[in-house]
Amino acid sequence: MSQSFLELSLVSMAFKTRQGLFPALSGINLRVEKGEFVTLIGHSGCGKSTLLNIIAGLYRCTAGGVLLEGREVNQPGPDRAVVFQNHSLLPWLTAYENIELAVKKTSAGKRSKAEMREWVLHNLKLVQMDHAMSKRPEELSGGMKQRIGIARALAMEPKVLLMDEPFGALDALTRARLQDELLRIVANTGSTVVMVTHDVDEAVLLSDRVVMMTNGPAATIGEILEVNLARPRDRLALATDARYLAARKAVLEFLYQKQLKAA
Amino acid sequence: MSATSANIIPLPVASAEPAAAPAPATAAAEPVAADSAPAYQPVPRWRQHLAAFARTGIPPLLTIALLLLVWQLLCARPGASLPAPSKVLEDTWQLISDPFFDNGGTDKGLFWHMRASLKRVAYGYAIAAVVGVALGALIGCSVWAMRGLDPLFQVLRTIPPLAWLPLSLAAFRDGEPSAIFVIFITAVWPIIINTSIGIRNIPSDYRNVARVVQLNGVEYFLKIMLPAAAPYIFSGLRIGVGLSWLAIVAAEMLIGGVGVGFFIWDAWNSSRISDIVLALFYVGLVGFALDRIVSWIGRWVARGTSVS
Repeated sequence: MSQSFLELSLVSMAFKTRQGLFPALSGINLRVEKGEFVTLIGHSGCGKSTLLNIIAGLYRCTAGGVLLEGREVNQPGPDRAVVFQNHSLLPWLTAYENIELAVKKTSAGKRSKAEMREWVLHNLKLVQMDHAMSKRPEELSGGMKQRIGIARALAMEPKVLLMDEPFGALDALTRARLQDELLRIVANTGSTVVMVTHDVDEAVLLSDRVVMMTNGPAATIGEILEVNLARPRDRLALATDARYLAARKAVLEFLYQKQLKAA
Repeated sequence: MSATSANIIPLPVASAEPAAAPAPATAAAEPVAADSAPAYQPVPRWRQHLAAFARTGIPPLLTIALLLLVWQLLCARPGASLPAPSKVLEDTWQLISDPFFDNGGTDKGLFWHMRASLKRVAYGYAIAAVVGVALGALIGCSVWAMRGLDPLFQVLRTIPPLAWLPLSLAAFRDGEPSAIFVIFITAVWPIIINTSIGIRNIPSDYRNVARVVQLNGVEYFLKIMLPAAAPYIFSGLRIGVGLSWLAIVAAEMLIGGVGVGFFIWDAWNSSRISDIVLALFYVGLVGFALDRIVSWIGRWVARGTSVS
């Protein structure tokens, strides 16, 4: 059996509650290849964020394991940089300093001071935020903050970029622009991405594979949809593309027929 | 903002009105229109400052004037037990005009007494700040440290500052370190408690960022914990500086030597009531200044942090 880049085998997670153990995830197997863009989609509360946090090492799974390039994941680290839903920038640092905090730690011994500065600026440019480098988060809009959050994660040069509903808190127009930017950045950097979303269009537009999760408790992977659309992808052209629409329909059917949840 | 500019605009109009009044009655309609037009021009800066002063400066000045008047009326009659403001000014004019005299011993100007008191507060408070933040960080981070120490602190912090003085005199056998210890033990509790609350309230997002970036303990303490908890730490430091200033006067009354507390007690013993009034006035001003300074430093250090 050949080894995958990122491998989740029989991952289960149970949380301790007052009523005893609550099984959140159960028996999840997933293989992600290098350079692949995978989204996890499911109804809220199905544990997709929990799964992402397990890959990040922020949670320890109660059974099973995660291997990244054959090594077990058991603690968080910059090789699995996370873009958090609420950006999680440190409010007392400027945009530049927020990224620098990550770069200083991950580039120690690899880069000189000047190179570190260069690398921070490079990542700011990548998300087109070099003009706001000396601004603090409170002075930035939600979309700008999330750009800085993405730049911070990319600056760690992660093996896998983990994104937890990165655009969930943004308005639809800003979200679309950032999705396009993310497509461009990922095409340039060749990053491997695992992203959690609840947005069907976002999942189909961005991913190579959409991993659809069943409802909890004991959620697991229901179906995996391959999205065989050529890259670069253009949202306008895809809006009427039959394969795109079919993929979108498949995800919708899974979410709203097979896994319909009483809201 | 609109409310404040609305307050400013009527000023030039009102002041211009008397000038327009002597104009012929037939032309009265025109000058009014001409007068209301300048309201759209930017208000000159000096006028804005004047208006700001009128809003914030005049009410307290009025209150003070009123209080002084009442005090004067109550205490000016012969046989009053307390001196009226005019009497205070008369009696203490020498102290006010020359705060720097030094006749040796404890017969010094008020500047030297203040300086001695501030020095004791500076030492005691500095130790309290360092120890308070360190202990607060410890019980903020460690559940076991909190369980072990918190009940102890909750009891110790209710002990009045002066109750510690005899014990510290017995321990140190000297007035100076005892006074500093009393300041320390007074100021340290709010600093400990606020710091620990601030640290317990650090959003888990910041902790997750630190974990992903793999900050070590020292880096986490300096780069995440202190700045994230800074608003809480500084509210503790602010309460602490106020309490130490409260405690120093009382402590100095008992330990003697140079210091504003001793000055007050000495004035009482020699029935110089006016000197006491002056000293209280200075103590109030210095206490206010200390509070402002810590608050400014806190706002400067914690800029950005409060908005999260």
